Order: sequence, then structure tokens, then C-alpha cells
Amino acid sequence: MTAIEERPANPAAAAENRPIGFGRLQRKEDPRFIRGKGHYLDDVVLPGMLHGAMLRSPYAHAKLISIDTSAALAHPGVHAVITGKDLEGLNLAWAPTLSADVMAILATDKVRFQGQEVAFVVADDRYSARDALELIDVEYEALPPVINARKALDADAPVIRTDLEGRTDNHIFDWEAGDAAETDAVFARADVVVTEDIVYPRVHPAPMETCGAVADYDPIDGKLTLWETTQAPHAHRTLYAIVAGIPEHKIRVISPDIGGGFGNKVGIYPGYVCAVVGSIVTGKPVKWVEDRSENLMSTSFARDYLMHGEVAATNDGKILAVRTTVLADHGAFNATAQPTKYPAGFFHIFTGSYDLEAAHCKVTGVYTNKAPGGVAYACSFRVTEAVYLVERMVDVLALKLGIDPAEIRLKNFIKPEQFPYQNKTGWEYDSGEYERAMRMAMDMAGYDELRREQAEKRERGELMGIGVTFFTETVGAGPRKHMDIVGLGMADGAELRVHPTGKAVVRLSVQSQGQGHETTFAQIVSEEIGIPPEDIEVVHGDTDNTPFGLGTYGSRSTPVSGGAVAMVTRKVRDKARLIAAAMLETRPEDLEWEKGRFFVKGDPSQGKTIAEIAMGAHGTVTLPEGVDGNLDAEVTYDPPNLTFPFGAYICVVDIDPGTGVVKVRRFIAVDDCGTRINEMIIEGQVHGGLTDGVGMALMEIIDFDEDGNCLGGSFMDYLIPTAMEVPDWETGHTVTPSPHHPIGAKGIGESATVGSPSAVVNAVVDALQPYGVVHIDMPCTPSRVWEAMQGRHVPTAGV
Amino acid sequence: MKITMTVNGDSVTSEAEPRVLLVHFLRDVLGLTGTHWGCDTSNCGLCAVLMDGVPVKSCTVLAAMASGHEIRTVEGLATGGTLDPVQQGFMEEHGLQCGFCTPGMMLTARALLDKNPDPDEDTIREAISGQICRCTGYATIVRSIKWAAAHPAGSSQAETPAETPAEETAEVPA
Amino acid sequence: MQIPAAFEYARAESLDHALQLLAEHGEEARVIAGGHSLLPMMKLRLANPEWLIDINDLADLDYITEEGDTLRIGALTRHVSLLESDAVAGLFPLVRDAEKTIADPLVRNRGTIGGSLCQADPAEDLSTVCHVLRTELVIRGPNGERTVPMRELHRGPYETSVEQNEILTEIRWPIRPRSSSAYTKVERRVGDWATTAAGACLTMGDAGQIEDVVIGLTAVGLDGGTATRAEDAIRGQQPGEELYAEAGRLAAEDCNPVGDQRGTEAYKRHLADELTQRVLRKAVERVNSTAAARS
Repeated sequence: MTAIEERPANPAAAAENRPIGFGRLQRKEDPRFIRGKGHYLDDVVLPGMLHGAMLRSPYAHAKLISIDTSAALAHPGVHAVITGKDLEGLNLAWAPTLSADVMAILATDKVRFQGQEVAFVVADDRYSARDALELIDVEYEALPPVINARKALDADAPVIRTDLEGRTDNHIFDWEAGDAAETDAVFARADVVVTEDIVYPRVHPAPMETCGAVADYDPIDGKLTLWETTQAPHAHRTLYAIVAGIPEHKIRVISPDIGGGFGNKVGIYPGYVCAVVGSIVTGKPVKWVEDRSENLMSTSFARDYLMHGEVAATNDGKILAVRTTVLADHGAFNATAQPTKYPAGFFHIFTGSYDLEAAHCKVTGVYTNKAPGGVAYACSFRVTEAVYLVERMVDVLALKLGIDPAEIRLKNFIKPEQFPYQNKTGWEYDSGEYERAMRMAMDMAGYDELRREQAEKRERGELMGIGVTFFTETVGAGPRKHMDIVGLGMADGAELRVHPTGKAVVRLSVQSQGQGHETTFAQIVSEEIGIPPEDIEVVHGDTDNTPFGLGTYGSRSTPVSGGAVAMVTRKVRDKARLIAAAMLETRPEDLEWEKGRFFVKGDPSQGKTIAEIAMGAHGTVTLPEGVDGNLDAEVTYDPPNLTFPFGAYICVVDIDPGTGVVKVRRFIAVDDCGTRINEMIIEGQVHGGLTDGVGMALMEIIDFDEDGNCLGGSFMDYLIPTAMEVPDWETGHTVTPSPHHPIGAKGIGESATVGSPSAVVNAVVDALQPYGVVHIDMPCTPSRVWEAMQGRHVPTAGV
Repeated sequence: MKITMTVNGDSVTSEAEPRVLLVHFLRDVLGLTGTHWGCDTSNCGLCAVLMDGVPVKSCTVLAAMASGHEIRTVEGLATGGTLDPVQQGFMEEHGLQCGFCTPGMMLTARALLDKNPDPDEDTIREAISGQICRCTGYATIVRSIKWAAAHPAGSSQAETPAETPAEETAEVPA
Repeated sequence: MQIPAAFEYARAESLDHALQLLAEHGEEARVIAGGHSLLPMMKLRLANPEWLIDINDLADLDYITEEGDTLRIGALTRHVSLLESDAVAGLFPLVRDAEKTIADPLVRNRGTIGGSLCQADPAEDLSTVCHVLRTELVIRGPNGERTVPMRELHRGPYETSVEQNEILTEIRWPIRPRSSSAYTKVERRVGDWATTAAGACLTMGDAGQIEDVVIGLTAVGLDGGTATRAEDAIRGQQPGEELYAEAGRLAAEDCNPVGDQRGTEAYKRHLADELTQRVLRKAVERVNSTAAARS
């Protein structure tokens, strides 16, 4: 790793020869995981627990004629079979989505996608529950499905949402950003305009642990305890209260260790609700865990954006404007998780990292007979689609003008002195030094040498490609006045208690799915107050024991909860100053802070450590007026703006001209996430995201046949990279702190997923220059690459 | 039917249906929940355990078929309060994030190192190619296994702090 | 997690015992060895046998033995043994070529050659290998042993001529001098089934000509498993690029690929051509390098 700027070494850490605060630190969560002692959802076992299994629709679109559950109910192990009709009686057959739509919990009138939930069996054990599914007899009447989103708005398209009164088409929303007239004017006077149709196909987060829940309803005190694979336990609690009518104080949501989320575990799935109903009906705890096919076929997908991109530029490569229209395939229910005001998430950032004169986008959302969900898979609310669009389009322009892709980016970057930068869709980029990151990536790659090698290989008929991408991310939602999810403002609480002996507990609303929160947040507290990370307990994932907050997605843990933790620690430190002053019989302003200790200015021997102050606070020290006898604090942090991490990626591929097989030879990633808390964890986040990007670029897709059968419903068909498809990642970083974040951190969780797909596809297209290829839609499977070499395009899902 | 096998050195016997998958026998019958599962089609390798020292996918082995054989799970990696070097390596080199694929990865790594104490990078990548990790991008897993190869058991670096609890062996339900 | 429907289980103690169990339980009994094809089908409830006869204890069906001009492989031999056997790699290098690409190391630790062949999946690699090696298969039944040539083993996709009361016991590969072989496969990702794969085994004559050749293709609907027109066109000819191109062209013409998620029909046909050329080139190189090493 190469660094341009490093934080100064922590003096306390150096003096004590151990890590305090920021820096590489082994994870506090690892000792349990490496011993097989993690506690995941399926490890939850309660006395008398029953097991649920879900019957799902084999059709993409069909009328539900009848359901006969009698044979299943006669199965000796079965306790209950729940259908949509049963839920109608409880007013639970339909539930609000995260996007102001409604979705079926169990189908009542029609099924609208293959894999939709139809009936729920509760049985003694998981084997009996599965067996009983075979005994349920459902009669369907098949209806023509809408699979190709481009045909969803045709006059003769079957109407999918007949449940919505007055609905006569499959249109969900139109949304625009930027100035259309201004953009058109710039396009009209541009030297050159390039256009391209770019599909970002439907993909799936596919965390290694599938989704599940264990519901335990206590009929005596009316309390529901619900273990769930959720990235957002507090939001879930509130939603259950609204949907199920259980008072919110009688709902406790526990999110145990999570085996990966990537956005897949944000929403509430019908299986969770059915587990709750199952527990209420049977009076026993009910566990439901989906299998892999259920996960891939029915839970939140990602992307499915059909984009038309246009770039206007001068002949010498100055980009003037970007314009795009998007058809967004939202599936059967509009269930995407994103801030209410933004039906296309933060797609605004399709303006990229470039100083434009104008920009405009229009996104149209439509229903199709596919699984609902969306905005999942490490995408920062549609930033992945936006970055992919602009970074592909910049390469299309570079190709047209014969300018090197790195050079054209360098020429158009927003300059450091332009920050904070107001982009043309109304967003304020907080900070950036783009050229520095780009140059570092080029140095690490040996860019000029790679181009020389490529030229030599082309002479010999070998296909080598160099893909360049520069992305600007936008993460850390809120601020709460602009951003909410179903009315809940996107701010996060944090609570810190320093115990009498100087050990601490910090409570968070966000939930880790592998990001190492127990370590990172302890390090933030440690950095601010000097208590070693190992003396700080991080509590999360239990709504009865943590303050309210919106959860972990959109890379918001560090930008929002990280801010909350820094602020709450500072609040505790401010209080500690008052108590220390009382203990030292001096004025608070006469004290100076150094890591872990207040001392009297000019007399360092007169001081109190945080542990001494904590004991004083809880002891018999006479406290100043208005100071309580503890060393605790609470805050809710409302971020003033989003943060804007960025990075420069270079991918090198080799393609076998005879087979079209793409091999990723090298991948260089320079990331800037502002202040770095734990470089080991940051590097891990980047590696994972890069692998996601290679997966999406080369192999991952949830495709459908014309009848709406899902063609990616198992890991035999939904391919995820193994260790054989990815190189040893080459990472570097620059540090451009966020000016508005308490510790200058910007977040890193999704940067690499956002940035890497275009780097890979740009490399593939670059390799195929001898064949005149301008664009290939993902995934660049051998077949699709070879077809592109023949000048042919292979559609996905009829697109 | 009656199923008897050796799990992490202890002989265990239990009644189970013939169709019970080994992964469910370990998790649900023996309570050894360190072995995870992630698919239904033998593609993800999360459920890897060692059967007679050889890594196999326990979702595609019936418990009945494992009867009479020796099974080693993640709970049996540490011995006598000492972590296996592979476990230590995964902590040192950040070979895990969510931890869900980790037990299977570590067991495959152990089997690999038993066969080939000093594998090169390609050999390591090939050995774990039947197992999917969605978090790490594999590079740190490769480094973790290399760390373990460089710190074999008995060398001082592989020793773990005294607070490491001894791994209990499975309780056998009556 | 998906789980199979209920069944009864019996563990065979010997081959005769296994045959007896099959006879006893009739049509609804299936033999299970590695289980990596059968169990996933059972979890999807596409296969619902009432009895599983586990033959994993029949260690005497797990062997690789050279005997005269035949290499005999026990049906219970695991993929990993075939992959790691230097004897096999020396005689039939295409076996190692193929085994490296079959599923993944953990599956290869359990899966067996007998199971692979009896699954009769059109995209299965060892079936092509066996076609190319002009394999003879030994099948045991209640009335004793019979042998069938590879081309008679598969009656169609997922259908074999091994009767319900029979067990495939041995795979026999004839050893021929001045011969070598190669196999190559295109897949979307490591561990995937073949998009298309090709294998070839050839014998060189004294005059440097291709004296005999068999070409096989995987997953492209080749009748009988071998590309006979391509073989006929190059048999007796001097090897060279033009000849390989001709063989590739004919092989591509004779296959009947179906477009799917793995690739378009045109792409698979192209691969039939391209990969046929590659395996011929490689096999000739191998014969020549072996001959050079001996001289």
C-alpha cells in the first residue's frame, strides 16, 4: 500500500506500544468466528421451537383460483398452514413497502412473480415443514406475464397491479434531475455527441447466509421477540408496530451475527411476517430460514436499469454535458429501500467526477412480473448504476475522439479548489483531490508501460485490455430533513457509558454484517477518549438495548453512526473535563487534554485519567452544579450532508481470441474514503467490493425466460467469483477528509462495488478495439464477448 | 436409524432419519453450529468438514453415509486451548469478515497444509475454489493460509494467549 | 435448506450384497456412491427413490490398475484419484486435463467415475473422455458380468443401459502405443458445467501420419458422442494446421448445440470448431514430445 498522507502516529499508542484509536488492529469479533462460535440466525434455538416453510408460485403471473391445505394439515408434524385468506382476516395479507407501495405477504388474488409467497407451513421440524409443502394443492390460472421492461408500458401490456384501484398500466413513477432545457442547449452547440444504450442487468446480493427469522410471541405479556437477519433492526421494529399493530414497546428485534448482507437484509420479507403470525397462532416460537433458491428468486435484487446515455463534448475532449433516460424495472411491487424523496435513489451522481456545464436525467419506473426489491447489493442507492453509466460513456467518448481514457478523465476532473462543488443535479460534493488519486493509480499500474505492452500484443493478434475508471460515490444518508425511509429520518443515535473502572460500553443502532463494527467503533471511541479498544464493549443489533437509528446500508455506518460515536464520546469528554476540574479544584478551562487524561495547564503532573474521572463521577466527588454522577452521554447525529468518497481503478484483462474467455490479470484500486480508522478493515471492504464488481462484469445475472421463469435461481446458474477468477488486488489510497464529518471519515463499504464494474467492462471493450467493439452489456461471459467480436449483441430478458 | 461416527475425536451415536444430511446432523443433532450452509446444490462449500481428513461438502453427504467415519469440524480445529495456525492466520491477515464461510475455508486450508505444508498461491486458490466467500475477495484468505504455512503448529508464533478457552467436545443427546 | 423426501437406506457390504439389495427393493432403489449428482436431484425432489443402496464401503471397486494393454479403473474411483494419478496422466493426459475442470476440489473428493458416467448428463466431461478413449465398461448384474462399449452406455440424456438391477463396476481404457490425448473446456466460471468441451485421442503412424483418431465433444449434442466425419477426414493424413481446421469445421457442422445461458448456438458451434483444433494440436504435440523424450 502506498500512502500520500498518513495520519500522525498516535503518541499514546506509540508510548504504550499498543494500538489506541485509529490504525491497523485485529478485529474484536474474530476470536468467536474462527472458533465456530458466531451466533447466526439459524443457530438460534428456543425451547419448543417450530419450523416454517414457504410455498411459492411456479408462475410469473397467474390468477389464484383455490388453495387446498387439508392434506398438509393432516400431516402429523404440521401445526398450522397459513394462506393469504388467513392473513386477510388479520389485515396482514398486504403490507406497505419501503417505497410507499404495498406488497403481498401471501398472495390473495394473483401471483405476480415466480417464487412469490403463497402459503406458509408451521411444523415440528424443518423436514416435516418441507414435506408438507408438497401436500398443498394450489390451482392457478396462468396469465400472460410482462417480462421485458421495454414492453411494460405498451398499450396492450397486461396490467400487473390490478390490486391498486384505478390502475390501468404498469407505470410507477417519472423522476427527473438537472435542467433539461439547459442541457439540450449545450448538446445543440457541442462539437461531438456520443450515445449508447447501456443495460445494467438484474443482479443479486446473494449473501452467503440466506435470510431468516425466529419469532417468539409471548401471549401473556404480549411481547414479540424477533430474531432476524436484518441490517436495520430499529426501522424493522417501527414497521412491525405500524403493520402488525403490536405496540412498539412490545417488540424487540434482535439481529444476531449476520452472514453478509450487501443490502439484501434491509427489507422486511413475507417469511418474517409469516414467522410472527405462525408464533402468534401456535403460541410457540417459529423459525423460518429460506433456502438459496428462495433467496435468489424472491428477495431484493439489484440494478435492472435500462439506460440510454448521451455525452456532449468539444473536439479536444472537454466534456460539456451528460444526458440520460432510464427505464427502471422494479418488479411486481415497488419495494426498493431508499429515501422517500428519491425514487431513483442518488442516481443524480451520474454527473460523475467531471466539471460539467449541464446535466439532465429522467428515470421511469415500471412494474414487471419479476421479484420486487431493488437497491440492494452494495450500491449506495443507485450510485452503482450512475457511475457505470457515466464511466462507460466517457470511454465511448474517448474512443470516438481517439483520446486515451486516462487522459480524457484527467482533462475533465473537478479541481481541488472547486470543492465544495455544486454539481448540475443539485448536490454538493464535500471534498476531493481527483487528479492525485488518478495519478497514483496510473503509477501503481505502470500505465504507460501497459499501453506499450498492449500495442505489442495487438501486433501479434493478442487481446489485452486496460480499463480505467474514476468514480465519485455519495453515501451517509441523511441529512434527516431531506432523507427518510417511510417517514423515519435518517439520523443515528449513539450512547456511551464509561463504567467506574474506566471501561466503557458504546451502544449503536447500526448492525454489522461483517464490516467489523465491534472493532471500528471501539477505535473511534478510543481515539476520542483514550480508552483502549479492548476495554470498550460495542453493543448493537438489539432494539431493547440500543438507541434508535436507521441501520447499516448505503455505506452509512461510518459516515452517520461513526459521526454519532465521535460526538457522543466528545460529549463524555466535555463532561469529564468538568468533573476533572472539580477533582483537581481548578477551572475547566485551565485543563488540557491529551489522549486519555486531563491535566492542569503548565503542570502536567497534576492530572486525572479517564478511569480516575469515571470513578470520581460515580464516587463521592462533589460534582459541579448541573453535572450528574456518571460519565455517560447520548446523542443523535444528523449528518449535515452526504459524504463523497472517490477512487481511481485500473483493470488489466487478457482475452482469448478463440474463445472470448476473459481473464482479469491485474486490478489496481486507489480509494479515498477520507480519514482512515482501521486500514486492515478498509482494505478488506475494498477487496470484497472489487470481487463483486468482477462478478457483475463477468458472470452474475438474474435473467428470465419469456414465461418469467427465473434463470438464476441457484448457485449453479447464479455465478459468483471464486478465488480462481480474481487477481491479488493492488490497493492504494489517498486521504482527503470530509470537511463536515466529525472525524473526516467518508465511508468505504460500497466504493469498490460502485467503481469496479465499469473498470472491468472498459478493459474488455478496450481489448476488443481490433474488432471495433464500442460497448458490451454485462455480464461479459465468453459467449457474449465472442458474439460482440462478431458484431452481434446478445440480449438479456428480451432486452 | 442409528448413526455412530467420530466427531472431533469423540464417538457420538444418535438416532436419525436416513435422509438427514450430515450438516443437519452436526448442527441440529449435535449442536455444532460452527458448520454453516449456504446453498442446496453443492456449489458454495460453506458446509465443508473433514471426513477422514478429506474436505467434503456436508450438505451432500448423508449422516448415514458418514456413519463409521471420522468427522472434524471447526469446533475441533483448536486443540488443548491452542488455536490451529490456520485460525491464527485468519485473524492475523483479516481472512474473514462476516465469518460465515470461514469454518469451511479453514478446514480446507488445514487439509491442504496437512498434504502440502508450503503451498504456492495458485495451489491455495485452487484448493479453495469450491468455496465461495462474498466478503473478502479471497486475497486475505490466501494470505491467511500462507501465514499458517509459515507458522506451523509448535512454532512459537502459533501459540495463543492463555485466555483461549479449550474447545469442548460435542454433547451427545440420549 | 432443501432436503430430500424420506427414503430407506442400506449399506452394501459387498458387490454381491449390493446387487442383492437392488434385486430385493426393485424399481425404487438407487445406488449411491459420491452422491454429488443424485443428492442434489433428490433435494429438488426431481429424484425420489424409496431405497438408497450405499456402495461407498466397496473398497474393492476403487482401483487404478494397468494390466497388459488395458488400464482398469474401478467404478468407485474418486475424481481426485484420477486427477492425481501419474499412471493415468502418463497414459491418458486428457483425463487430468478433464478432471482439473470437473466441479471443484471438494466435489472431486467424493464424486466417482462410475457415478459420473451413470448420471449420463450431456454436459459431463468424463463421458466424452470415455468416448474418446474407446472405453469398455463392465456391468455386473444378477446373471453375472457383461461388457459394453461406451457408445452403448448412454441411451439418452440421464438414461443408461445399466439396468435397475445392475451396477457399473469397471471402466477399461485400451492402451495404445504412440498415442496421446488432450481435453479442453470452456466454462463461464471454474466449477461450471461445460459450455462446450472437446477431447481427442490419437495414434501416430511410423510415417508421422495420424494413424488413428477419436474426437469427442461435450454439451453440444453430438450424435454418438464422437465426431466421426472429422475423424475420417484426418485419419491417415499428416498433421498440420490445415488439417486441424478441416477437422474443426466438420466437427462443428456435425454437432447440434442449443443456445442457453452458457452461450448462443453460434458460439457453441464455434467452440466445437475451435476446441477440436486445440485438442488435436495438443495431442499431436504430446505424442511428439513423448517420442522425442524416448529417442
